Amino acid sequence: MNRTLVVVGHGMVAHRLVEAVRSDDVDGTWRIVVLGEESRPAYDRVALTSYVDDWDAERLALPGCTYSGDEHVELRLGDPVVSVDRAAKRVTTASGFTQDYDALVLATGSRPFVPPVPGRDLPGCFVYRTITDLDDIRAAVERATDGRGRAAAAVVGGGLLGLEAAKALRDMGLSPHVVELAPRLMPLQVDEGGGSLLRSLITELDVTVHTGTSTDAVEADRGRLVAKLGNGTELDVDLLVFSAGVRPRDDLARDCGLDVGERGGVLVDATCRTSDPDVFAIGECAALEGRVYGLVAPGYSMAEVAAATLLGTPASFPGADTSTKLKLMGVDVASFGDAHATTDGALEVAFNDAVRGTYQKLVVSDDATTLLGGVLVGDASEYNLLRSLVGNPLPAEPAALLAPAGAGDSAVGVDALPAEAQICSCNAVTKGAIVHAVTDQGCDSVGAIKACTRAGTSCGSCVPMLGKLLDACGVEQSRALCEHFAQSRAELFEIVRATRITTFSELIARHGTGAGCAICKPAVASILATLGNGHVLGGEQVTLQDTNDRFLANLQRNGTYSVVPRVPGGEITPDKLIVIGQVAKDFGLYTKITGGQRIDLFGATVDQLPLIWRRLVDAGFESGHAYGKALRTVKSCVGTTWCRYGQQDSVGLAVELELRYRGLRSPHKLKSAVSGCARECAEARSKDFGIIATEQGWNLYVGGNGGAIPRHADLLVSDVDTETLIRIIDRFLMFYVRTADRLQRTAPWVEELDGGLDHLRAVIVDDSLGICAELEEAMAEHVANYRDEWRGVLEDPEKLARFTSFVNAPGTPDPTISFRTEREQPVPVLLGVPEVVSR
Amino acid sequence: MTAMAEQTWVAVCAAEAVPRASGVAALLDDGTQVAIFRTEDDRFHGLSNVDPFSGAAVLSRGIVGDAGGVPVVASPVYKQRFDLSTGRCLDADTGDTVCVATYPVRVIDGVVHVGSS
Ligand SMILES: Cc1cc2nc3c(=O)[nH]c(=O)nc-3n(C[C@H](O)[C@H](O)[C@H](O)COP(=O)(O)OP(=O)(O)OC[C@H]3O[C@@H](n4cnc5c(N)ncnc54)[C@H](O)[C@@H]3O)c2cc1C
Repeated sequence: MNRTLVVVGHGMVAHRLVEAVRSDDVDGTWRIVVLGEESRPAYDRVALTSYVDDWDAERLALPGCTYSGDEHVELRLGDPVVSVDRAAKRVTTASGFTQDYDALVLATGSRPFVPPVPGRDLPGCFVYRTITDLDDIRAAVERATDGRGRAAAAVVGGGLLGLEAAKALRDMGLSPHVVELAPRLMPLQVDEGGGSLLRSLITELDVTVHTGTSTDAVEADRGRLVAKLGNGTELDVDLLVFSAGVRPRDDLARDCGLDVGERGGVLVDATCRTSDPDVFAIGECAALEGRVYGLVAPGYSMAEVAAATLLGTPASFPGADTSTKLKLMGVDVASFGDAHATTDGALEVAFNDAVRGTYQKLVVSDDATTLLGGVLVGDASEYNLLRSLVGNPLPAEPAALLAPAGAGDSAVGVDALPAEAQICSCNAVTKGAIVHAVTDQGCDSVGAIKACTRAGTSCGSCVPMLGKLLDACGVEQSRALCEHFAQSRAELFEIVRATRITTFSELIARHGTGAGCAICKPAVASILATLGNGHVLGGEQVTLQDTNDRFLANLQRNGTYSVVPRVPGGEITPDKLIVIGQVAKDFGLYTKITGGQRIDLFGATVDQLPLIWRRLVDAGFESGHAYGKALRTVKSCVGTTWCRYGQQDSVGLAVELELRYRGLRSPHKLKSAVSGCARECAEARSKDFGIIATEQGWNLYVGGNGGAIPRHADLLVSDVDTETLIRIIDRFLMFYVRTADRLQRTAPWVEELDGGLDHLRAVIVDDSLGICAELEEAMAEHVANYRDEWRGVLEDPEKLARFTSFVNAPGTPDPTISFRTEREQPVPVLLGVPEVVSR
Repeated sequence: MTAMAEQTWVAVCAAEAVPRASGVAALLDDGTQVAIFRTEDDRFHGLSNVDPFSGAAVLSRGIVGDAGGVPVVASPVYKQRFDLSTGRCLDADTGDTVCVATYPVRVIDGVVHVGSS
C-alpha cells in the first residue's frame, strides 16, 4: 500500500528526513511530496557565509538534494504552503496547488528575528538566512561601491549569526560595524573572559565592535542610512544587516490549531509528534518537549527519529548536544556542555593567555572530579577530546588538559575516553564503534573508518582523532616511502637538506637499504633537484629519472614522446606560433592545444627530440616541464589589457608567476591560473594555487585540482598586493615541496595537514613556526639558479648522446613505430600487444 | 638456456655506454630489440625491449633497481617490474605468469655482446 508523506520546507533537516526514509523504506511504502518555499533545493545553510568566496550556489547544494531518478520523491520548489486542513488532511500552497497527505512533516526552520526598530524596513536593511539574502546584500554592496569607493555596513547582532554576517561583509571587502545588546560578543556561547578576548581578536580584523548598546532607530539620509545606537553613536552606512537570532516558523501550525511551545515552536514529544498524531515537526521550527534548538545536529537527530517512527520502528530523541565549535574570521570559538557553570556547585578553572591570544575555561563538578563543560577561544584544538569527556571523570588535572598548542599532545590521549564517548557528533559515532571497526572489521586507515562508520564524513573535525584512535589500537599507518626507505618523503627531504647529501647512492647507503626502485629513485631525484643539485640529467641523476624526466618529454603509448614548449601565461607571438607550426610540419608531428594554454607536439622519437629542441631553443623557447612533477602552467584570462570587465592585469601576473616558479620540482605536478575578475574565466579555483583579481588587489586560493576528484581551491588570503601575494605563494610552494608525500597533490596535502587550512594559514601567513624567512630564501635560491633544462642538454655532448634509439645503431628509427592519418594529422598505428608468455 | 656454447654472439657497444643502474636498447640484425641492463654491481642482463603490457619497445628506458634483493626493471609505461635474470613479471595479475624473453649478455675486453640462438 502506498501512503503519501508530505514534507513542508526543503531545508537541511527536511532533506535528512527524506534521505532517512528513502534509505530504510525498502518496500517503498511512502510516496514523498516535498513542498519548499525557496526556489533552490536544500543547501548547506551552515556554510552559507562561504557563498561569498565564489558566489557558486551549486557548491552549497547538499548531496542528493534533487532526488533525481527516485520516483518515490516529488520535489516542488518556489511555492510555499499557506494552509493545512487537518480534517481533510490536505495542504494548500500559495499558487493554489493542493496535496493530500497521510502523514505531514513540518520542517519550516526559522525566520530571522528583526528587533522592532523604527526604520527596519527601509531599503538597505537586510536579513541573513538564505542564498537570496546574500545575493541581495551583494547587489547593495555593489550599488553602494559604484563610483564611491568602499561601502559601509553595520550588523545588528553580535552572536553567532551576527558574526557570520560580519564575516560575509568583510569577505566582500567591507569593514563592518557589529552592534550587540549584551555586554559581550556571542553571549550564548562564551563567558566574559572569552568574550573580551574574542572582541580584541575580531577588532584586529577590521571589525568595529559596539557592545552593551541597543540599536534604537534607522533613518534614511540622502540615499544612505543612519543607525542610531542607544549609547549615542550614529553610524553612517550604506546597508544594515539584522542578524540577531531567529524565531521558529510555527505560523502554519498555529493557524491549524496545533499546540505551540511557550516561547514559540511547534510543540512535539520525544518522537517528534505534534498534538495531531499524523503531523510531525522537526528541525528549528520544532519545540521538542518545549525546547527549540538552533543548531543543525539536533535537527538531524529529529529527522532520524521522525523517519524511524514513520517506518514503524518508533524511536525517541536521544537528547541534544548543543556544543558548538566555529571558526569566525579565523578565530576559534567553542563551547560545550555546561559552559556557563549553571550546575549546582560547579567550579570554573580559567586560563587567560594574552600572549598566545587564547582563553580557555573548564567547568568541573563541585568535587573537581567530573568535567561538565567549557569555553575555548583562540585555540579550540582540544575541543573534540574535551567534549567527548563531558560527564566523565577527569583523567588529569584541569590545567594539564589544556596544554598549549604546539607543546605536543595534551596530557590525556584518546586512551582516556570511555567507549561511549562520542567522537563524531555529526553522525553520532562513539569511540567504541570506531574501535570495533578497527579491531574487528579490519579498518586500518582513516579512509576505511570513514567508509565503515561514517565518522568524520560530515564536518571532518574529528578526523585527527580517528588517526589517534588507530595509533591507540596499535595499527601502524606506515609512512615508509617504499621497501628501500622506512622514511616518508618529507622525512627524506629533511635528511637531504640537513646532511647536504647530493647523490642517491650516498643517501640509500646511509639511510636506506638495497638498490632502490621506480618509487624512491624519482622521489629522491625530485628532492635533489629542489635543493639545487645541477642539471636533472647530470651524473648519476639521469638513472634516477622516470622516462619522462630522463628524455625531458612525455612518453606516449607507442613509445614516442610529446614536446611542450613553455608559453608563459598562454601569451604567444605570431612568430613563435609560426615556429611551432613549422617544426611540427618538418618533423611530422601531431599538434594539439592543451588545457594549460600551450601547444603539445606528439609523435617525436628519442632521436628527434634534440633536433626539435635545437629549433625551438633557437627561436627563444624553453622547456615547458610538461614531463615533470613540477610547475606546469599559469593560465590566464586576458585581464585589464583587453577585457571590459577586468580588474587587474591577469596576463602580466600569470607570466611573472610562471617565470618565477618554472622548473620548480615538487611532489606532484603544480598548476596555477590567474583570473582578472570574479567572473573567473581562467578557472583559477581548480588549480593548486589560483589567483583572482579583486578591486583592491588579489585573492589567493590554494589546494584545488581538476582530475578524477575535482576540488575547488580554498581562499587563503584576500585583497593582497602583488608583492605580498608572491611572498605568500613562495612560502606556500616551498612548504608544500618540503612536507608533502610523494605524488600527493596540494589538495590532499592541505586536507591532511593537522589543522588543515587554518594551520597552513598560521604557518605561511602568520609565521607560527618561524620558518617563513627560510622558505622565502629557498625560493629565492630556486629563482636565481633556474636554467633551461633543454638548453642544458643541447650544450652538453655527453647528455645529447643519450638521445639515441639504439646503442648500436644510433639514428635508426624504432621499427615498431608507425603512423597513419586521422583528421589530416599523423596518429600512432596501435601496436599489437604481443602474446604474453604464460606458464 | 644451458646451451650457451651454441650461441652466436653479437658485439653491440662498449661497456661504458651502459651506465650503472640503467639500460640501453640494441637492434639485432633480424630486427629484434634487446634491452641491455647494467646493475649497480656491474652485472649485465638482456631482456626483450618490448613491454608486453603496452606493446611499446621501451623496457630499456625503465628504472633499474631491486625488489626484495632481486634485480628488476620497471616498465616506463605502466610500471610493472620484470626480474632482470628471468624476465618474469612481478606485478602481473594474480594467477597469470607473464614473462619477457631473456638474452644472455657478456662483456669481453670492455665490449658488450648479446647472444642469440
Ligand atoms: C549563517 C548561518 C550559520 C550557521 N552556522 C551554524 C553552525 O555553525 N552550526 C550549526 O549547528 N548550525 C548553524 N546554523 C543553523 C543551521 O543552519 C540550522 O540549524 C539548520 O539550517 C536548520 O535546518 P531546518 O531544516 O530546520 O531549517 P532551514 O534550513 O531554515 O530550512 C527550512 C526551509 O523551510 C522553508 N519553509 C519555511 N516555511 C515554509 C512553508 N510554509 N512552505 C514551504 N517551505 C517553507 C524555508 O524557506 C527553508 O528553506 C547556521 C545558520 C546560519 C543562517
